[in-house]
Amino acid sequence: MHELSIAMSIVELAEEYAAKEHAEKVTELEIEVGDFSGVVVDALEFAMEEAVKGSICEGAVWKIIPVHPLARCSSCGHTYQPESLFQPCPACSGFGAEILRGEELRLRSIMVE
Amino acid sequence: MCDTCGCGEGGEAIILRKPGREGAHIHLDGEHAHHHEHGHDHEHEHEHKHSHDHPQEVRGREVVIEQNILSKNDLLAERNRGYFEAKKIAAFNLVSSPGSGKTSLLERTITAMKGKKGFYVIEGDQQTMHDADRIHATGVPVIQINTGNGCHLDARMIHEAVKELDPGEGSVLMIENVGNLVCPSLFDLGERKRIVVMSVPEGDDKPIKYPTMFQSSDLCIINKTDLLPYVDFDMEKVKNYARQVKPEMEFIEVSVRTGEGMEQWYEWIEKNGDALG
Repeated sequence: MHELSIAMSIVELAEEYAAKEHAEKVTELEIEVGDFSGVVVDALEFAMEEAVKGSICEGAVWKIIPVHPLARCSSCGHTYQPESLFQPCPACSGFGAEILRGEELRLRSIMVE
Repeated sequence: MCDTCGCGEGGEAIILRKPGREGAHIHLDGEHAHHHEHGHDHEHEHEHKHSHDHPQEVRGREVVIEQNILSKNDLLAERNRGYFEAKKIAAFNLVSSPGSGKTSLLERTITAMKGKKGFYVIEGDQQTMHDADRIHATGVPVIQINTGNGCHLDARMIHEAVKELDPGEGSVLMIENVGNLVCPSLFDLGERKRIVVMSVPEGDDKPIKYPTMFQSSDLCIINKTDLLPYVDFDMEKVKNYARQVKPEMEFIEVSVRTGEGMEQWYEWIEKNGDALG
């Protein structure tokens, strides 16, 4: 359940930015979660419900935006969409691709008032 | 309330303790201690509002953040790393499933090498001082972090533990993470190298079942090789799987029980403990 620490970090980040904006309330959060981020979206949803309680984010809606992976083969340079971290390159069957996208775990934006 | 000191801290607080000083401990609660106080009155009548197509009912102004959610941990980890570098401390983060033999590996290693190198140990477990007590018996300084319900160590816990432990210049700091092949993979502690320990009875498909952990590790120790005759475990297969996830992975096969392969591991520590990160 590291998703709970992650949810709490999201709320903390949002609180920080909301304070800078002198906002009273956070009404929406946009969170990017890569398929290879190591986070289970369902668990994060559940953890968010707990994490927002009693915070400036209580009552906010959150959008979890999935980020699908993109990899570049380190042998032949081919770019492809891997389904797992151990999928070989479809062009040359090499392993050890550079993950260009899909490991994101980012708070993209919040709406405040 | 804290069952050690009765100080009113919740049972989920993170606690640092040293063997022989059972009474003294530190609560690492900080900003994280206020969660989960709900008395299971979950009524769930609040709608799950995470819709992807809600109309324009959201009010207010947008603040663009674009920040990594783990950035705080990563910053603290870098701070730890800088401290270790300045003091020439080689910090190794040992991760594995429960029961792979991390503590036994450390006991044997420390006993064999403590004449040559200064060792310091941070033990991470949800509960108990058992592991710290075992390391304490080898005669090196150790601190136990009890994470309560937490499933991993994070950079802040290490930061606090290192302040207490005060590892000496040029020493080796072994951090034994909570036994878990999932969560600790996401949390950089500031270590020089991450070492994933697995054992023969766990099966040879661990690297592709838990690829994130193997991808983020530098060395894979395969322990309990004395059990190879009794179980179906294909050494080449496990290495191939691990290389699929991490092509540059190093491997050391050991039996902590018989001592087989341990020399190679000691050489690895010598080599990576001296190289400046």
